[in-house]
Amino acid sequence: MVKEELSTENRPDNTAFTQQRLPAWQPILSAGIIIPGFVLIGLAFIGIGVALLVTSQSIQVMEIDYTGVDQGSPCFKCTDSTVSNCKCEIEFTIDKLFEGPVFFYYGLSNYFQNYRKYGASKDASQLSGDLDYFTSPATECDPYIKDNNDKPIVPCGSIANSMFNDSFVLSRLINGAKEVVPLDGKGISWWTDYNVKYRNPSITPLKNAFNGTVKPINWPRPAYELDTSDPANNGFINQDFLVWMRRAALPNFRKLYRRITEGNYADGLPAGDYSLEITYNYPVLSFDGRKKVVFSNVSWMGGKNEFLGIAYLVIGSLCVIMSIVMLIVYAKFKFPDED
Amino acid sequence: RLFLPSSPQGLDPPHQSDTRTVYVANRFPQHGHYVPQRFADNKIVSSKYTVWNFIPKNLFEQFRRIANFYFLIIFLVQLMIDTPTSPVTSGLPLFFVITVTAIKQGYEDWLRHKADNEVNGAPVFVVRSGSLVQTRSRNIRVGDIVRVAKDETFPADLVLLSSDRADGTCHITTASLDGETNLKTHYSVAETAVCQSESQLEALQAVVECQQPEPDLYRFVGRLTVTQHGEEIVRPLGPENLLLRGARLKNTKEIFAVAVYTGMESKMALNYKCKSQKRSAVEKSMNTYLIIYLGILLFEAILSTILKYAWQFDDKWDEPFYNKKTEQERNSSQILEFISDFLAFMVLYNFIIPISLYVTVEMQKFLGSFFIGWDLDLYHEESDQKAQVNTSDLNEELGQVEYVFTDKTGTLTENEMHFRECSINGTKYREVNGKLVPEGMTDDSPDGSAPHLVTLTHIYSLTLLLTDTHAINNKTELLFLSAVALCHTVQISYDQPDCLLAGGDPFSHANGFSSNHMEYYASSPDEKALVEAAKRIGVAFTGTSGNTMEIQTFGKSEKYKLLHVLEFDPNRRRMSVIVQTPSGGQILFTKGAESAIFPFTTGGEIEKTRLHVDEFALKGLRTLVVACRHFSAAEYVEVDRRLNAARTALQQREEKLQEAFSYIERDLQLLGATGVEDKLQDKVQETIEALRLAGIKVWVLTGDKHETAVSVSLSCGHFHRTMNILELLQQRTDNDCAEQLRVLARRIKEDHVIQHGLVVDGASLSLALRGHEKLFMEVCKSCSAVLCCRMAPLQKAKIVRLIKTSPEKPITLAVGDGANDVSMIQEAHVGIGIMGKEGRQAVRNSDYAIARFKFLAKLLLVHGHFYYVRIATLVQYFFYKNVCFITPQFLYQFFCLFSQQTLYDSVYLTLYNICFTSLPILVYSLFEQLVHPHVLQSKPALYRDISKNAVLSMRTFLYWTLLGFAHAFIFFFGSYILMGEDTTLMGNGQMFGNWTFGTLVFTVMVITVTLKLALETHFWTWISHFVTWGSIAFYFIFSLFYGGIIWPFLHTQDMYFVFVQLLSSGSAWFAIIIIVITCLFPDVVKKVFYRHLKPTNTQKSQVTRDTMNDVGINAYIYIYIYINAWHY
Repeated sequence: MVKEELSTENRPDNTAFTQQRLPAWQPILSAGIIIPGFVLIGLAFIGIGVALLVTSQSIQVMEIDYTGVDQGSPCFKCTDSTVSNCKCEIEFTIDKLFEGPVFFYYGLSNYFQNYRKYGASKDASQLSGDLDYFTSPATECDPYIKDNNDKPIVPCGSIANSMFNDSFVLSRLINGAKEVVPLDGKGISWWTDYNVKYRNPSITPLKNAFNGTVKPINWPRPAYELDTSDPANNGFINQDFLVWMRRAALPNFRKLYRRITEGNYADGLPAGDYSLEITYNYPVLSFDGRKKVVFSNVSWMGGKNEFLGIAYLVIGSLCVIMSIVMLIVYAKFKFPDED
Repeated sequence: RLFLPSSPQGLDPPHQSDTRTVYVANRFPQHGHYVPQRFADNKIVSSKYTVWNFIPKNLFEQFRRIANFYFLIIFLVQLMIDTPTSPVTSGLPLFFVITVTAIKQGYEDWLRHKADNEVNGAPVFVVRSGSLVQTRSRNIRVGDIVRVAKDETFPADLVLLSSDRADGTCHITTASLDGETNLKTHYSVAETAVCQSESQLEALQAVVECQQPEPDLYRFVGRLTVTQHGEEIVRPLGPENLLLRGARLKNTKEIFAVAVYTGMESKMALNYKCKSQKRSAVEKSMNTYLIIYLGILLFEAILSTILKYAWQFDDKWDEPFYNKKTEQERNSSQILEFISDFLAFMVLYNFIIPISLYVTVEMQKFLGSFFIGWDLDLYHEESDQKAQVNTSDLNEELGQVEYVFTDKTGTLTENEMHFRECSINGTKYREVNGKLVPEGMTDDSPDGSAPHLVTLTHIYSLTLLLTDTHAINNKTELLFLSAVALCHTVQISYDQPDCLLAGGDPFSHANGFSSNHMEYYASSPDEKALVEAAKRIGVAFTGTSGNTMEIQTFGKSEKYKLLHVLEFDPNRRRMSVIVQTPSGGQILFTKGAESAIFPFTTGGEIEKTRLHVDEFALKGLRTLVVACRHFSAAEYVEVDRRLNAARTALQQREEKLQEAFSYIERDLQLLGATGVEDKLQDKVQETIEALRLAGIKVWVLTGDKHETAVSVSLSCGHFHRTMNILELLQQRTDNDCAEQLRVLARRIKEDHVIQHGLVVDGASLSLALRGHEKLFMEVCKSCSAVLCCRMAPLQKAKIVRLIKTSPEKPITLAVGDGANDVSMIQEAHVGIGIMGKEGRQAVRNSDYAIARFKFLAKLLLVHGHFYYVRIATLVQYFFYKNVCFITPQFLYQFFCLFSQQTLYDSVYLTLYNICFTSLPILVYSLFEQLVHPHVLQSKPALYRDISKNAVLSMRTFLYWTLLGFAHAFIFFFGSYILMGEDTTLMGNGQMFGNWTFGTLVFTVMVITVTLKLALETHFWTWISHFVTWGSIAFYFIFSLFYGGIIWPFLHTQDMYFVFVQLLSSGSAWFAIIIIVITCLFPDVVKKVFYRHLKPTNTQKSQVTRDTMNDVGINAYIYIYIYINAWHY
């Protein structure tokens, strides 16, 4: 006799997946885990915070505003835009050794390099050395595509056109005599910008590549003559140019100008009097801008930045405090799982 | 007017009449003015698209969705005007979303095409010019004569002309149409039944006139006019002559039939319904929140535009020397500028509307619903049926149910009837071992042995000896049993003469045929139980041949000629047969609900029987009353005339039939009543109790008598003994009803009982609903259990609608198994079909179908809970992550002169939603289990934690949104303060640019948003680990790759080496860590405090699961105190 068996063709598979029984870790955010967790995190953060603060404290920074807003300031005379090639000199004193390597920044405020149209106003292909774009720059460069004579501008666009063109000479005053502090202009821009992203056309001399083009309207010299002292530092791979082309994120920004790494100043700026001679070209007062120079040394974490240390201390302490509060709450209310 | 009130399409084209005339074999009349009617061909098209129209039609349908349309507009705006981001940023995600949806819909449609082709291309045999021609199903035209062989399905709706049987009948099953597996006999008209060969059919001159197609499977009105020897013979056609497309021929070698409805006009095709467009509560609140977000978006865009112009008002900001305007900008109109600025801001912030929300929700529902079908706990071993999901749109609604409306028979009970007791002529009998035992006979007997049992067999053999009165009594008993054995529509599968010819009968296997050589098949389980009981007792129905019904009365064969069947219908609630007894008299047997019979009885033990019926009902038995009527010869002639007239009427046939029936079914002689037990399903009591604990109100709606219903209610735990049972019964007038309602309302207030139960009957209910809805609702709401008896199908739906539309707008669920539950299943928010014995109609029209009522508990408490939590969290999280995403971009505008500068690179904008943050939430929404399923099932009260859309309440929504804003502020200003005076963050003294800043914010955001979801996850399978950590890893790898190459086709190389520069800064690493921790810290603290100070029940049951927790913490306290002592 064949016994009639129940047909089971519709029976679902009995696997962990179909039955929603996959092995799983099921953590629960309860005081039992969080209190020790918070204590550990809190203590670690406090430790990190202290370390960061100490590091930050050791960094020296000196800021000098040279805009010349006050009538008494040395650069006041240069704020008149009718004066060209104006030079002014600011003297300052360093009390103790400014440890090297010292980084020399210039800073602008109220300056919106992050303006969208401004930021778009450049031609990436031109800047990578593509000669086709020398003759007809991209439309993004508007309003600096061509000059009034319909000659293409190279490098085109607002960013290039507005390149910062103040220059500085730093001297140490030794017994009334000036000793010029050598400034190192190499390595101030990103390595990849200098070596990969920006390229000069492979034409020598570089000048020939720019035939039939004009320099940006605001520039005193064409791109291939940006650095007369170092022929390799011209065109689109001029370090100052690269630094300028990397737009700042916020309206108050600094840009690296030079490093002080050479000669007598390799270990830093010794205590003493210094003079900074500024070739004052760049107008900022029309938009309430300020110009400054900043000397700073850096640690592994960069310049002087107390925010991180404080943040770690605050959050670390909060973690510890919260875990104490939780412990009290726990002791008072117990877990409600007994009922 | 013509006889058909409605047509399926609603509106007939003007040239169409209400009837169609079908010339059999397409032999059109020869007279000149005949205009052929046009009919649909026999193609079934269930697919929505063709290869050609798929793209336009599908796109059109997708863009009707408001969110998709919105993104299309954004995309077009980006194409047309100068906007901060390239059109790709919104075009690509839109393309992605549209493609995923289109692939899903295309796949589903492809399956439909495949099925269609199979059906339309099936070979069929058609009679053309006197011979059989094989063709494809789609070529059948109306009027074609089709030959169908045994076990084939009918390719169109056909009118039966002849079969290989002499009487022209055939058997069919309609399992695929309505799920009824019993055999049904269909008939042909005598004039055509003789045409059993092609050549005879060739000579047939016949015309079928019938109504235009309509979806009702059980209605067909028409007539057949046969021209024989120049004489027209008109025969009525009804549903018993119509073979429906999709039904299957059984036990009959072959039939010939003429096609009357083809293709999309066949009844099966007309019953294809567009799936009900039910929307879940989650979806509704999702749309509300989308609109709120649209508001936020507009606000941000308008604010930014205004602020931009406020800035520009000052010349020095408008056009500093370094940023001169172009000629075009100088010359364009201010208003156009303003509008284009506004649109540009819209584009900039448009990602606050989560584009992938819909597609993720759709995928979640589509994939997630598989778990229901896969669940072994919802699989019914005996019937080999697993749960079935007909729509995945309502998964989460299963977690929101507040009212359950359940049918009784077949839903709470097995719908497996067992004859228990009967009352014959005022005497009550019980069935014991196939013998009827009069009441009281066994009560005082010391043992139940044979000598004390007066069996009917004895009675029968003794009849001759006993006195007249006894004889009359016993005759009545016999008559009663004969009535039971004759008054039905039961079929026998085996013992039929035709079937014997058929040889090895496959049907017997298909239906689990037992060793018993005779098996009854009936559409009503009650009938089957009664006929079986009669057989056990000694009056066996042995079969029908032609018009003759044969019964074996205690071994003696008797032949009754079946004259008429007065079919059952739910309004009359009874059915009758008229038979000619072997002795030649005509007798009517009728059986039906007691309320449908008693009013028409004039003789018999009416009072006693009524008492017995009530007693049966109290025991929870289903009662039927049996009566008969003897006709005099003259009476019968009149009856026969009336019936035939009504049956052949073409106009108002149904009304006329009703009239004839009520003329016939009166002056009845009461024979007795039967009590049939319907066993409760397994675990019904536990299930109802669990639902009640879950805060769900259970209403039982049944067509049964009030006493039966109450007793079943009590036995299944719906009503408790301790419950205060309120009654609203047999209200005749409006005022009485109102008065009674007021009395009940007062009793609810005054009676100090915890729980109330309410019993309402159909008639009182309709009164209550007509004028006193409010009062009735008030009473209902105070009752924890409500029982509605004597309900008509439409009343069931009405009740559901009443509750559904009451001010609280509760979520309702209806569960039922029969065709009479369909309206309520469709009306309720969630409709559940029970795969029972009453066919598939309820299942087909339901949203979910399960095999047993007890599965409802797991479906709601576990699956419903999971789905709800998953999808609600998914929705909240989507809004959260998009706020996090776009708010920093908004804040950045305050620092870039509202110049619409984007903070993030375009590629990041594009990929954030579709790559970096898409998978963890999808996986969460598929696998999350906040509590173990067993806990959910054993603690139904946890269901209350999510009631009333708790996870999507305005409060939680605000919490998530504010959290999103808070996080966004922390990312942005954290990074902002880190930059501070713009000191260098790198060891080599170099500076970050704007893209590095944006990437820093973006990195922090991707990590935080992913970890936030990790905090919400309670169930970490390897998949969760993989996608969570994988997403973060993928972001890093992708960014390194993206920033590591000069992309030849990209316009700018803004991101070149930005990410590497960022990671090469120690400060950036420390900043990322501290900002992420700062974001998550308050959330963790909040979670812990809520868990310990205000835990929800769900959280409590999470805690009890691992007792290790509690042991652990005490150890921690000591360590903790120690560390603190050391620390301070």
